[in-house]
Amino acid sequence: MKILVTVKRVPDPETTIRVKPDGSGIVTDNIKYVINPFDEIAIEEALRIKEKQGQGEVVLVSIGAKVASEQLRTGLAMGADRAILVLCDQELDSLGVARILAKIVEKEAPDLVLMGKQAIDDDANQAGQMLAALLNWPQATFASKVEFMDNYVQVVREVDGGLETVRFPLPGIITTDLRLNEPRYASLPGIMKARKKEIREIAVAELGIDTTPLLTVHKMDPPAKKAAGKKVESVQELVHLLHTEAKVI
Amino acid sequence: MDFQFTEEQEEIRRQVRALCARFPDEYWRERDETGEFPWDFYQAFADGGWLGITIPKEYGGSGLGITEAALVMQTVAESGGGTQACSSIHLGIFGLEPLIKYGTEEAKRKYLPKVLSGEIHVSFAVTEPDAGTNTTQIKTFATRKGDGYVINGRKVFITKARESKKMLILTRTTPYEQVQKKTMGMSLFFADIDPQAVEVRELRKCGRKAVDTNMLFIDNLYVPKEDLIGEEGKGFYYILDGINPERILVAAECVGMGKRAIEKAVQYAKERIVFDRPIGMNQGIQFPLAESYAKLETAELMVYKAAWLFDNGKPCGKEANIAKYMAAEAACEAADRAMQAHGGYGYIKDYDVERYWREARLFRIAPISQEMVLNYVGEHVLGLPKSY
Repeated sequence: MKILVTVKRVPDPETTIRVKPDGSGIVTDNIKYVINPFDEIAIEEALRIKEKQGQGEVVLVSIGAKVASEQLRTGLAMGADRAILVLCDQELDSLGVARILAKIVEKEAPDLVLMGKQAIDDDANQAGQMLAALLNWPQATFASKVEFMDNYVQVVREVDGGLETVRFPLPGIITTDLRLNEPRYASLPGIMKARKKEIREIAVAELGIDTTPLLTVHKMDPPAKKAAGKKVESVQELVHLLHTEAKVI
Repeated sequence: MDFQFTEEQEEIRRQVRALCARFPDEYWRERDETGEFPWDFYQAFADGGWLGITIPKEYGGSGLGITEAALVMQTVAESGGGTQACSSIHLGIFGLEPLIKYGTEEAKRKYLPKVLSGEIHVSFAVTEPDAGTNTTQIKTFATRKGDGYVINGRKVFITKARESKKMLILTRTTPYEQVQKKTMGMSLFFADIDPQAVEVRELRKCGRKAVDTNMLFIDNLYVPKEDLIGEEGKGFYYILDGINPERILVAAECVGMGKRAIEKAVQYAKERIVFDRPIGMNQGIQFPLAESYAKLETAELMVYKAAWLFDNGKPCGKEANIAKYMAAEAACEAADRAMQAHGGYGYIKDYDVERYWREARLFRIAPISQEMVLNYVGEHVLGLPKSY
């Protein structure tokens, strides 16, 4: 089975994010970047599927500047077979991303596309769904379990208040939730092997599609600063303040 | 001149950092308390193939250089694991050079894959109670018997002997009095630590509690001839090859530990409010930390210069020694200043910096004392007369 896995370069969740004073974006100096954690889960799932089936190919795809090859290299070190980097310097919205991915799917003809349910930078949670619509493929989002049956794939989805089990025939799209698996660490031999694996670069212009964003980021604001707490002397005082000041009781 | 790490080296650093993140401060605090060997940390590194970083590819390793090994050790130390983490894997990473370079093909095929998988630990037994830096004075003796040798003697400061099945042990095979050159007549064996013949007695120490340091009492330890490394009488020269890499790695560990201490202090200095402002606003707190950081960065430069020279087959004695000296000084000072910045909390174990302080102190003494490094620089670099 050929599996295409999307890989987005995002700021390390451990990093403290600061918004630029003019609100046009975040301060990118001294930020470490990682694979979007949900995409990492998608890579892990693809590798497990390949290992279980004893054959197949795991192809990674990322869209962005040349530096995104770092994250692709990490994915290759985890065990993916090869990677594609769509070079694109402009800002993209989810639809732009989905359109680019649709072109790549057309070229690569995978049996399955595995994606993180969302990227932890903009949290849009749209690219997978839009890609399914563009391709007219079935989709299962928020996957917490993936199983292959005779001629379909069965996915357990985490939905509000419980689990939902869906099935669809391939090809299709699965987006991963947090509890699907625990991604492996790249081993040293894996890193060494990754050096020789291919990262093919494609300029976005070569794809001949319109990626002009319909959505633009107007302004970013940091979360409001929490004011310091207040210490009270007695329960009576606390109740009094909750009533008169906080007005919650 | 190129100061840029390669993409692969950066990747190594990222992956080691990610792996170490599984072992947080609490883990190392607990090891420091109980003295339990960090088995799961060790196994995670074995499973990831990291123990084989410098072992040649034909024996299952990755065949990388001391530069990459130093990057690994610095990153491990910097993660907060300190010497407890580093020493648990350190020897697998560089210590088998004599076996790799001078061992028989059979021995290499037999042992290297097991070292790599973490199945066997190896100790390095050179130092003796009456022979420290003056290695030629060792008294442990291997007498020929039948098809092998019988070893008798005592060794001290032997790391990980508690866990190890094998040791690289240096003995005399010709008494000191009978050799023409004092560095001759010593032989290196890859011997079993047979509990019937070797008593391992652990020494209690200042820091690094999770990785044992021991005294070995060796009585009639039989070693088959196959376990002699290289030629009889040349053992001293075989261990010399490992000296510079060891200093480079130790220096890298010091830089990592020092940087961790500064990172902790900076974090604390930002958060700790005294007289209505963070203490980090005071130059009395800021300057020592900034200065220590500058010293650590400078030491780091020397570490990678020495590593580069070694990996490119060039002499690196001067650089490896100076890197060790500067990094050990910088690390001790950084840990001490980090403690000072923490005030009373710096003395409390939950704040971790006192652990770095106890651990870093080792490297002003080991693997060679700062004074002996200065002797080296004085004599071999500056050309002054030998002072001892």
